[in-house]
Parts: sequence; C-alpha cells; structure tokens
Amino acid sequence: MRLMTLVLTLALAALSFGVAAAPARAEIEVNVNRGDVQPLPIAIPAFGGGQVGADIAGVISANLNRSGLFRPLDPNSFVEKGLTTAVEPQFPAWKQINAQALLNGEVTNDNGRLKVSFRLWDVFAEKQLLGKEFTASPENWRRIAHQISDAVYQQLTGEKGYFDTRVVFVAETGGRGAKTKRLAIMDQDGANPSYLTDGSFIVMTPRFSSTSQEITYMALRPEGSAIYLFNLDTGRRESLGQFPGMVFAPRFSADGQKVAFSVERGGNSDVYVMDLRNHSSTRLTTDPAIDTSPSFSPDGTRIVFNSDRAGSPQLYVMNADGSNPHRISFGDGRYTTPVWSPTGEFIAFTKQTGGEFHIGVMKADGSEERLLTSSYLDEGPTWAPNGRVLMFARETSGGASKLWSVDVLGRMQQAVPYPGAASDPAWSPLLQ
Amino acid sequence: MVTSFNRKTALRLVLIGTAAASLAACAHRPKPSFPTTSSAPPPVAERQTTPPPVAPVTQGALPGSVQDFVVNVGDRVYFDFDRYDVRADAQPILGAQADWLKRYPAVAVRIEGNCDERGTREYNLALGARRANAVREFLVGHGVDPGRITTISYGKEKPVDAGSGDVADQHNRNGHTAIVSGARGG
Repeated sequence: MRLMTLVLTLALAALSFGVAAAPARAEIEVNVNRGDVQPLPIAIPAFGGGQVGADIAGVISANLNRSGLFRPLDPNSFVEKGLTTAVEPQFPAWKQINAQALLNGEVTNDNGRLKVSFRLWDVFAEKQLLGKEFTASPENWRRIAHQISDAVYQQLTGEKGYFDTRVVFVAETGGRGAKTKRLAIMDQDGANPSYLTDGSFIVMTPRFSSTSQEITYMALRPEGSAIYLFNLDTGRRESLGQFPGMVFAPRFSADGQKVAFSVERGGNSDVYVMDLRNHSSTRLTTDPAIDTSPSFSPDGTRIVFNSDRAGSPQLYVMNADGSNPHRISFGDGRYTTPVWSPTGEFIAFTKQTGGEFHIGVMKADGSEERLLTSSYLDEGPTWAPNGRVLMFARETSGGASKLWSVDVLGRMQQAVPYPGAASDPAWSPLLQ
Repeated sequence: MVTSFNRKTALRLVLIGTAAASLAACAHRPKPSFPTTSSAPPPVAERQTTPPPVAPVTQGALPGSVQDFVVNVGDRVYFDFDRYDVRADAQPILGAQADWLKRYPAVAVRIEGNCDERGTREYNLALGARRANAVREFLVGHGVDPGRITTISYGKEKPVDAGSGDVADQHNRNGHTAIVSGARGG
C-alpha cells in the first residue's frame, strides 16, 4: 500500500500545474516544492535467459530512469540473486535495499521467437502488481523492452507510457553554413536510427500523424518549397499540391485527416488547412502579418498559431474555421512554435527573452506560463504521446544542434542519446 | 486532386515555354552598351551594422557577367533584426541592381531571403520571405520586369557567415539576388 500511495502522490504532483489547479492541500505542497518529488526506487535485475535478458532489463531501466519518475537501483546492491519468475521473491532481501518495486523476467526461445515474461512486485506490500508475456522475433527485442517499460509505467503511474514510440527528426551533417539535412527516424531512446531522404535537398519540420505511421514534412529547394506526406509503412510519398508561393509549417490534425500549414504569397504568410480526403484547401487567416506554425487542439475545434500581427511574434488561438482569433501570450518576449498537448490542456512553445531561448508550457488559455529550459538556442518542442515529456533541439553558440528532452515539470532535462547532430524532432504516437 | 495537379503542371510547362521564348527573343536584340564600373555606387558605411564588402573590386569582370554583378554592383543587402524594410544603406545597392538588370534584360534572378539564427525555423521562413519580397518590390519599383524575378526564403538554413554572435547575425540577415540565367560569359 505504501508503494501505491507514493505513486499516487507522484502522479498527482505531475498532473497538477500550479497552486490553483491542485485539488488537495497535501499535493499542493509537493507540487510547489518540486524538489520534494522523489523518483520511485525500483529494482530491475537482469532478466533470465542470457545476454538478451540482460539487454532487455538494461533498456527498461534506462527508459524508466529517463522518465524522472523512477530510480532504478544499482544491480550490485541486490541481495537476492538468481530470482526467477517461477517463485515469489524473497521480499526482505528487496526491502533491505529499499526497493519499492521489483521487476523481474525471463526470456525463452519459442520456436525461433523470443518469449519474454515478467512480473512486477510491490515489495513492501509483498504482492504481485502485474504479470505478462510478450512474444516477438529476436530482432525486435528492444520493442519488447519498450512495451514492458510502458506496462510498468502505466501500472505504477496510472497513465499510459510513451516508450514504445519513435521520433522522426532531421539529421544534420556538415559544418554550419554547409549543412546536409536528411529526414531520419529512430526509437525514442535514440536507438535504430535510419534515414528517409538522401540529403540532396533541405528537409525541415517533419511531424507525425497521431493516428497512423504517416509523417508530413517540408522540402526546400532553390526552385521552391513543397510539403510532402510520407507513409512509413509503404514508402509512398505524395505532395500536398502546388501553391502560388512557398508552403511550410505542416502539421496534422489529431484525427489525421487534415493538415494545417502556411502558404506565403508576395511575402505574406497565412495559415491554410487541407482536407486530405479530397485535397481541398481553405485559407484561415488573412492578416498582412506573419501567420504560421498552426497546431490543432486534440478535439479539432481550435488551432493555435504564431503571428506577429501585434508587432512581435506571439501565440494566438482561433476556431478551426479561422474565426475568433485571439492572443493568448502576454509575457515579456517573443513566442513561437506553439504545439497543443495531446491531452488538450497545455500548449508548449519556444520563447525568446533576455538573450536566451526557452522551451515553455502554458495552459491552453495562456495562463500559468512556465519556462522549462533556458539556453543559447532551444527550439521546437514536440510532445510525447502521453503529454508528460517534451523533446526539442538545442544549439550552443557556434555548436551543433542536438536533441534534448525535458519533463513537463522541468525536473528532468537530458540529452537524447542520438550520437549525431539533429533538429526538428517529432514524436510518434504509441506503436500498434 | 490528380486532375488539379496535372492542370497546374501543364500551366507551369507553359510558363517555362514562355520564358524560353522571351530568352530567344532577347538574343536578337541589339547588344546593350557596356556599363562603366563607376556606375556602381561605392559601398555605403553609414551604420555600424553594415558588413564590409565581401571581395575587393575587380576591374577584370566581364560586363554583364555574374562576376560583374557580384563585384561591381553587389548581390546582397542587409536587414535589421526581425525587420524587412529596405535600409537606407541598401537602397543604392538595390538601385544599382535595378540599373544593371535593366541593362542586361536577358538576366533572370532569384531573390533569396535569409535570416540569422536568433529565431525559430518556421517564423524565420516567413520573415525571409518578407525580406525577399521587399527586395523584389524595390527592383520592380525601379523598373525591373517582375517576370524576371522569383523569390524564395531560406529562413536560417543558409547562413553566409558560419559564426555565431552579433557580427555573424548581421551578415546572415540578408536578401541575396542570385542570377539564375542570362548572364554573359562565366
């Protein structure tokens, strides 16, 4: 029971966003003193079954650690050795090292396929919380590790995980001023990178559909720009169509049936939306100011976008038909790249103020702004599908662009373990 | 969708055909008189923010060539932070560009709008488009046929100065007039 109480506190602290939003006094204190939120100690011994068992436990451990909600314990401290899924753990041995949760598992060969079974234990309550089995081809062992990570995360936080996901991004090679930019995709933990374009033209701002294995991105050539739809399963690429000026800043609606984007004509950029079912496009803004970076609310009724109609770039929300545009950002500085959260509650953005760039979040009405990061150049947040983590690009002065992530409370900020230079990350939905 | 795509492709082909025809027509016109290098105004250095000329003036450039345009006229003008209005120091350069382009009517140009790295990617694409358009409007306002000009924004994708900091940022906020066809020689 103690475990569940702790986890509940964690989850509530993570959910509430500022004093006014918190429903109960006890959680308010946890939230305000965010340093008080302790990650949950969890023991994850190497799974049985040889090297792949150890590797799976390692991937799960790294996933949970990176979430900031768990603290995987050092395997050297484990007292009970040779634990199997066939018997109950010796709970005192795990209490002794103060493990609140214990995850153990085994890998067996099932006619050439990997069969991975695991059990999740509440150490102090001395009871099993979860027991499951996954089967996959051996080359997909990392996916099993991600799926187990998601199962543990969901069991202990009550929210869906985000580990069995991928990130599409722009891989950069070459020095500043002579960069080659290739569309690339990798697992959320930086593993299995592969490249989708050859670098013969500039690619930018890829975005995932939240309903299918489809992405949209912008290509920039001296002759002009294009927005493409690219199906990752079939490899089919399709242009959104031809427009009189530049097209850029594409992003899917949550139902995957529309793409909002910008069309530039005579130097003026406006927001358009295209219905992918019949490829008809509608202009949503007519202001002579810059209107770009549209992002749909998850229910499809509203669009947040970037405009400098008030003299500097700020965030605006309008209805999905373009009516009732109103400004929601009022702090000091320049706001760009708004992205609506998958839960609909928040909008993430890039803010430029005081010579620095920040990734921040605010409520969808613009209230309760919170800056999560600060650096020479942080840019372009993308939400994990559960709305708990943001990934973005960070560039040091004169240096290469790298991918970073930060949790929505700003407690856990870390580089994404992709070795190369990279920008414009976009998170996939949970894989099916 | 397929229908409209095809129609637009066809339209584009027609336009390219027209451009080719007008180029062919130009070949029969009398050759323009050679410009003198003194017709290009000296670099104006009214502001601290004006970057120095990229290369020294070369007398040997073939008149009407890309080198002539770049060296004796100037192919790049600079903008202030998050601005797209043509600065006072850019006006004589763009005026000279317009004169040169009127002197060599076979030349087609692409105006490329560029931004510094102190902005986010999509906003900078939009800002670069404004800068490219500002240059285009200046040239058209000074008598250059709009049919000879295309524009594109590179946002912050193509910095001319690979450094970081104020000086590099000043260099990278520019409108570049790139000759795409019709220039003489090499």
